[in-house]
Amino acid sequence: MSPAGLRGSVAIVGVGQAGLGEAHGRTEMEILAEAAHAAVADAGLRMRDIDGLATASVGATMWALPVSEYLGLQPKFVDSTMLGGSSFVSHMMPAALALDAGLCDAVLVCYGSTQRTSTFGRKEIAKVRPMLDPQPYEYPYQPAMPVSAYALAAARHMHQYGTTREQLAEVAVAARQWARLNPEAFMRDPLAIADVLAARMVADPLSVRDCCLVTDGAGAYVMVRADRARNLKRKPVYLLGNATATWHRQISAMPDLTVTAAKESGERAYAMAGMTAADIDVVALYDAFTINTILFLEDLGFCKKGEGGAFVSDGAIAPGGRLAVNTNGGGLSCIHPGMYGIFITIEAVRQLRGECGARQVAGASTALVHGNGGTLSSQATSILGTDAAL
Amino acid sequence: MDDTIPACPDAGPEKVFFDTLESGAFRIQRCQDCGRHVFYPRALCNHCGSRALDWVDASGRGTVYSTTVVRRKAEAGGDLNIALIDLEEGVRLMSRVEGIAPDAVRIGMRVQAGIAAENGRPLLVFTQSGAAT
Repeated sequence: MSPAGLRGSVAIVGVGQAGLGEAHGRTEMEILAEAAHAAVADAGLRMRDIDGLATASVGATMWALPVSEYLGLQPKFVDSTMLGGSSFVSHMMPAALALDAGLCDAVLVCYGSTQRTSTFGRKEIAKVRPMLDPQPYEYPYQPAMPVSAYALAAARHMHQYGTTREQLAEVAVAARQWARLNPEAFMRDPLAIADVLAARMVADPLSVRDCCLVTDGAGAYVMVRADRARNLKRKPVYLLGNATATWHRQISAMPDLTVTAAKESGERAYAMAGMTAADIDVVALYDAFTINTILFLEDLGFCKKGEGGAFVSDGAIAPGGRLAVNTNGGGLSCIHPGMYGIFITIEAVRQLRGECGARQVAGASTALVHGNGGTLSSQATSILGTDAAL
Repeated sequence: MDDTIPACPDAGPEKVFFDTLESGAFRIQRCQDCGRHVFYPRALCNHCGSRALDWVDASGRGTVYSTTVVRRKAEAGGDLNIALIDLEEGVRLMSRVEGIAPDAVRIGMRVQAGIAAENGRPLLVFTQSGAAT
């Protein structure tokens, strides 16, 4: 048995977004429903065609139930596995298995958050989390989670490999340059390396410009089997490889802060796809913090361990650089509503369909989507491709 | 085998750890089967799955594996060090290094454990015992 048998068996056939940036006066369920409706319509389907659901919430523990109820679904397949921001990349594999097994015919994967404008938001959730998700060996030290964890990883990477704050800043500047080409991006003002270095320090060595945005936003995508995908209205984006790896929850339990479980999820996803990093045209990495991009480029084989800082230097991942990374502007400059994994998926699909306008990567036929969750805790890699990549 | 944990029938490993800390001692677990130390305290060895865990005195000697500063306004408590410490026993834990500025803590610095009190609870903290290597 090998997951390679699933390669190309399912495709993403619709994507939708709603409430990007600030969704004043609307609830997270409302914008989730708008995004879900948009994704289903994009696929050329009706909501009644959806018989599978995958979703997760930062706050609600039984989230698939109110989502099903609200959307009027009675799904035959439900997945509400919550691994943090990587969830919506991770959801692709159980959805593919369910579709392949004939448990259902169309899976809707969706997420929404109004953490920026909601009256009950991230501050309140941060307050109750120590009770709902106890970490008695970390919380008493009052780390500012998650940023303290990523700062510890960045500090260790700098110590071990000589990575510099300027190289971290290159990641933020590249993301901003892509965002400037994306009308949907939340932050589009010019940003220079000096601006990142001079910004308010949040958790040494990370300044506020090394950190992702806090926005609202909802996203959704629809998956069906490949045979059906070919008869729908959009160009199918096939799932070629997918794998999830988890090595820890708490940052103090991470074996080596310079090596993430993306190494394992990447190796398994590449093996399923029969590809390597050299075969990838577009990269969408979960850049919650600037160090993420460097760690994931290394762990996913785009450069050697320790060389990520040099790899991103001199605008190498900015528009016109050697590798197109986070072309929507990323969590750093485009959008980051608590969990971002669905948005990297949507951007990769749009790139593979050739819909990205000024930021389009010409002729892109393969994309790597990499989701991260918790404190570098869960890693999910997906390799997507057009029919040219099958 | 199973009777090695809990040492006290009315307390699981978490309560034993914090009660021990409250009494002024820093003890961690060591697996009888694989010989490795375990932290944080668990009901089974995370290395080999054994339930045969003993409590042993920790050396308290460690090295800073990584460090950061939570930048906070003075009214929110001011800047705060967060460090990951590798103990000689081969386990890592989160703590903070006290007695020097939060941003003066260095990776590789030798540190020694102590027990402070915070919010009415014992808290394992570290002080510098040697320069960064």
